[in-house]
Amino acid sequence: MTRYIIRRILQFIPVLLAVTLSTFVLVRIIPGGPFDRVGDRTLPPEIVANLEAKYGLDKPVWQQYLLYLWNLLRFDLGPSFSYRTQTVNDLIRESLPISAHLGIMALALGLLIGIPAGAIAALRQNGPLDFGTTFIAILGQSIPNIVMGPLLIWIFALKLNLLPVARWEGPKYWILPAVALGTGLSAGVARLTRGSLLQVVQEDYIRTARAKGLREMIVIARHALKNSMIPVVTVLGPMFAGVLTGTFTIEIIFGIPGLGRHFVNSIGNRDYPVVMGTTLVYALAIIVANLLVDISYAWLDPRIRYA
Amino acid sequence: MTTKNAELPGFDPKQAMVRKPRSPLYDAWIILLQNKVAVGSGIFLILLVLAAIFAPFIAPQGIDVQNLPDNYKQPSFIDPTSPYLLGADRFGRDVLTRVIYGARVSLSVAIVASAVSLSIGLIYGLVSGFFGGSVDNVMMRVVDILYAFPFLIFVILLQVYFKAVANRGGGAIVQPLIKLDRQMGGMLFIFIAIGALNWIGMARIARGQVLSYKEKEFIEGARMIGASDMRIIFRHLLPNILGPCIVSETLAIPGYIFTEAFLSFIGLGVNAPTPSWGIMINEGYRAIRSHPHVLWPPAIALVVTTLAFNFLGDGLRDAFDPRMKGTF
Repeated sequence: MTRYIIRRILQFIPVLLAVTLSTFVLVRIIPGGPFDRVGDRTLPPEIVANLEAKYGLDKPVWQQYLLYLWNLLRFDLGPSFSYRTQTVNDLIRESLPISAHLGIMALALGLLIGIPAGAIAALRQNGPLDFGTTFIAILGQSIPNIVMGPLLIWIFALKLNLLPVARWEGPKYWILPAVALGTGLSAGVARLTRGSLLQVVQEDYIRTARAKGLREMIVIARHALKNSMIPVVTVLGPMFAGVLTGTFTIEIIFGIPGLGRHFVNSIGNRDYPVVMGTTLVYALAIIVANLLVDISYAWLDPRIRYA
Repeated sequence: MTTKNAELPGFDPKQAMVRKPRSPLYDAWIILLQNKVAVGSGIFLILLVLAAIFAPFIAPQGIDVQNLPDNYKQPSFIDPTSPYLLGADRFGRDVLTRVIYGARVSLSVAIVASAVSLSIGLIYGLVSGFFGGSVDNVMMRVVDILYAFPFLIFVILLQVYFKAVANRGGGAIVQPLIKLDRQMGGMLFIFIAIGALNWIGMARIARGQVLSYKEKEFIEGARMIGASDMRIIFRHLLPNILGPCIVSETLAIPGYIFTEAFLSFIGLGVNAPTPSWGIMINEGYRAIRSHPHVLWPPAIALVVTTLAFNFLGDGLRDAFDPRMKGTF
């Protein structure tokens, strides 16, 4: 197992190289530079040249890339061009916890609602409860974040006046964004749990468990539900990527100072190091999540062994 | 053994030999037609496509006809004096008109992005799975690396690049593309940006399917009577693997529609004044305190269309693999 994990971590290296290289190339070929304008004024060419020299932008591009990689090895993501007093490390240290907080709450909400809902639907297969849950789940999957966010704001913040419209200043502010992001997830988790559980309850070992006289609760909770989680865990990797994407939308709609907002602003400002840094963080998050998913298989299904 | 069969009443071995085998696609089609929700969704989507195509004849107004005094006019079922069935937006443009035209963008993205993803992914997966060995190894390593890419970020970066190039003009090679994109209201580059990375999941599914069929007897049989690689791939493998691929592609369509709507929402989508549901939702969201009625028509249109694609995809999956009925 340890060897497997080490090998997987070594495989991160080519992936991260590919991500940095393609982001680097893509950001640089976008027309326009970071010092085209300050506010509404354009800068004189001499000052632009000086600024570019200061940040090493006058060097050949391949040298800049190698220098970036060299700094990356020392976990230095460089200065931000548009936030003059902050480095990219500062920006990420400030905003990543907020995005992670939002994402984890949404993910937890998705699992906490989705798994029980799916299990109930499966245990009452083809009953009204099943059809109701399934329909609500499909509906939930069909509502994008850009609709769910405004809808929740309109109902709970504007009509009922229960919760704040935007910003990120305390538990009251967390509810709407987390719910907006979590409902879509719970819908997907519910449908997957239902389908998976329906297949598992037909297995021989479930019959065995019942035959030896275990209570139905125990059969379902310990034997069926645990095994039915394997497909759910499989999609957790892609789902995590979806949460990252979702935090983007939700951060913009609710005015949350997370990583996604920095990313969108930094592209507009051609703030190369911030674009590179945020992209790297997202990529790293995705591959670490995928690794955790693969490791958790082995725990859920003892037949799976990694060499 | 065969003589026993031949003795069965009404069994004509000659006829059995020449009977054209029904394709898996045809079988699935028959099952699909029995699924009322899926058929209903399919009919709805066909009507929507027709509405999008014939929008100029259905829509009450042109897409950029502005009646500034009528800005944020209520829908006519709330305010009977209003001439607009679904109200007017901040420039006094008819919302109904823009919702109908907005279907053009969402449906085009659904069709083109899935066609691009399906064709690239199928070919990639077929080649990788069929030839196996080191070809497979290299091709799948590439897929693994791309799989870790934060997809939306690259779509945004590509779209920013395309937009900047389209505004400032690029080299001679991209000029025709820029022109075409402008004629399409900015849709071409969205197709490219969304299609560019979305084939990866499809490639994996297609490869997995090829691997599971490759060693089956009928493929071996085809090889034994001397069928070429190309014939085996297109005549024997493709029809069998197409089902699951179409299913997963249909279920991926809502994601494409959401991506376009998101890009338009953050201002990286189609060019003004081309209406897109994402742009309209953004405009409605900005006016949500004072004029929420602008938000609902495009939001409902987006949700209902996505719902129809989801139901259709579910129906297709049940049709192609009856064992999976009701699962997922």
